[in-house]
Amino acid sequence: MKAILEAQKLTKSFPLSARQKKLEKTTDKRKIAVKDLSFTAYEGEIFGLLGPNGAGKTTTLRMLATLINPDSGDAFIDGVSIISNPALARSKIGFLTSEMKLEDFFTPSDLFDFFSDLYKVDDETREDRKKEMFTRFGIQEFADTKVANLSTGMKQKVSLVISLVNDPEIIIFDEPTNGLDVLTAKTVTDFLLELKARGKTILLSTHIFSLAEKLCDRVGVIIDGKMIRCDTLEELKKGRSLEDCFFDLYDEISGERK
Amino acid sequence: MNNGIWTIAKKELRRFFGDRRMLLTTLLLPGLTIYIMYSFMGMALENSFSVDEDQSFSISAVNLPDSAQMLLSGISAAVTEVDAGQLEEAKTAVSEQQCDLLLCFPEQFDALVEAYSQASGSSAPNIEIYYNSASTTSATAYSTVTGLLSDYEEQLVNKFNINDQISGDLATEEETSGSFFAMMMPMLLMIFLFSGSMATATESIAGEKERGTIATMLVTPVRRSDIAFGKIIALSITALLSGLSSAIGTILSFPKLMNTDDIDIAVSYTAFDYLLLGLIILSTVLILVAAISIISAFAKSIKEAQTLVLPLMIAVMALGITAMFGGGAKTELFYYLIPLYNSVQCMVGIFSYEIYPVYFAVTIIVNLCCTLLGALVLAKMFNSEKIIFSK
Ligand SMILES: Nc1ncnc2c1ncn2[C@@H]1O[C@H](COP(=O)(O)OP(=O)(O)OP(=O)(O)O)[C@@H](O)[C@H]1O
Ligand SMILES: [Mg+2]
Repeated sequence: MKAILEAQKLTKSFPLSARQKKLEKTTDKRKIAVKDLSFTAYEGEIFGLLGPNGAGKTTTLRMLATLINPDSGDAFIDGVSIISNPALARSKIGFLTSEMKLEDFFTPSDLFDFFSDLYKVDDETREDRKKEMFTRFGIQEFADTKVANLSTGMKQKVSLVISLVNDPEIIIFDEPTNGLDVLTAKTVTDFLLELKARGKTILLSTHIFSLAEKLCDRVGVIIDGKMIRCDTLEELKKGRSLEDCFFDLYDEISGERK
Repeated sequence: MNNGIWTIAKKELRRFFGDRRMLLTTLLLPGLTIYIMYSFMGMALENSFSVDEDQSFSISAVNLPDSAQMLLSGISAAVTEVDAGQLEEAKTAVSEQQCDLLLCFPEQFDALVEAYSQASGSSAPNIEIYYNSASTTSATAYSTVTGLLSDYEEQLVNKFNINDQISGDLATEEETSGSFFAMMMPMLLMIFLFSGSMATATESIAGEKERGTIATMLVTPVRRSDIAFGKIIALSITALLSGLSSAIGTILSFPKLMNTDDIDIAVSYTAFDYLLLGLIILSTVLILVAAISIISAFAKSIKEAQTLVLPLMIAVMALGITAMFGGGAKTELFYYLIPLYNSVQCMVGIFSYEIYPVYFAVTIIVNLCCTLLGALVLAKMFNSEKIIFSK
């Protein structure tokens, strides 16, 4: 098994605004969102970061996508450091979160072309890929409809397709099924499994246990910015449900804190 | 051109030209508003200043001498001679606004005037003129007739003339209109260029941030500096077009504003002058777009960006106003090192035919350097998580 994505002691803190201090009922100047987080994802597997709201999942994924810089630590994507060569690291991944919006004004086809250009995909490959992906996700008939006029589910599908214009080997996905109805969610999860079958590596984050159970080969449980457990799904569950397992872990660390 | 820059610029331009509402508000509206506004202003000015040409006065006169009769025949007035005994009735007619003006000459006025000598020390013959200030016609009649009479009076004692029958102003027509343009155009141009840049730059930078679309672009391997340069180039093009629309509106409304029908107000700028002006405008737009983009990048929304940009707008307008004073373009190099102010000075110089090539070059270089610096700052900002992901 080849390690394709390695996070090494990633740490990230944010300055707290006055409003946030009130919300979190703290007087600390900074909030540590992620602390000494390390994990490794191997080629061809689906790795899930599982954790409650505010655990630091999005922050971790953003660091890996080089959108934000870690305070300390480093990560290697296919051997490329996100610190010393962020642009190259970025070119190796597809990154998707539900907060990432598409410009309403353009059509899916326009956007596909635009992002292909940004990834420097040549025209021929682009057209083939566009046709294949649009057909698979049923975007073909909306290819020339402005994004503004698409349904939420369709927008999400377009985002997914757009994030894969460069046919990346590593796909980072924040809350893949967030805000989707069961049908659209199934299209997405089926597609992720297919990508895996094609040998791609997928790193996803979720707080939905069933999703992690269904998709992931290995799971890292994050609570309060720290990696609590990181193991294969079977090892972690040991015959129980993932949910029970999570509550045990949660009680364990709450006990430690007391 | 660099691939990334071109991709970004192309996208921005497609966004602009494909959006009918955007085209309407940035290309059509500025020119149209200015044309309508200036035309109305011209009309209003005309109404308040020009006297109704075919206005005629009714004038009563006591002891009207031949000389005065001659003078009055030059204006359109119905003159009625009145006996000295009916003076009081004539006065009442003026106060009741039935008659506009009452002139009361001494008997034998012309002979008296001829006989009068200043040296004698006695008082000169006097004309009494009654009018009614409550009536505009009466007041106009009063000023017209007193004007005529005092001109006549001056002629009588005439010992020498000043500028009789020649125009003493030795400035060529060209220079006169040149200095007019030098006063007005820099301010107008600065305002047009600013408003043209503002609409699109706030939308493109703060708007993309507000809608979360910029983050989508930032996960691609495109260089941040490419995004910055691409946007600045595209926004400069649209700002120039928007500025052009305002300029066309102004040019078309000039004749109306200045109450002349012939459009060539003796302006004879050469193609070279226009080339220089074009280069100055281009470098100014670049720097304005860069500045507005940086300010917009700080904002969380388009609305906030528009508010933040306001002080810069006031500053730019103030710079434009400085062109109206200060008598021509500055001659010290120092002034041409200050971005934007140097643009205004160069515009003044071009319009008044006294542009210094070295200062022109300095201005272009300074503005381009500032734009470059601005683009790099913008690129840094795109890379800054505090700017892009502020909570
Ligand atoms: N830009 C930021 N500025 C300040 N605080 C931040 C910022 N981004 C994240 N945080 C804080 O860091 C912590 C971790 O946030 P993060 O978004 O990574 O959690 P998450 O696991 O993705 O949660 P969720 O399930 O809600 O998406 C939270 O407490 C959040 O408030
Ligand atoms: Mg999250």
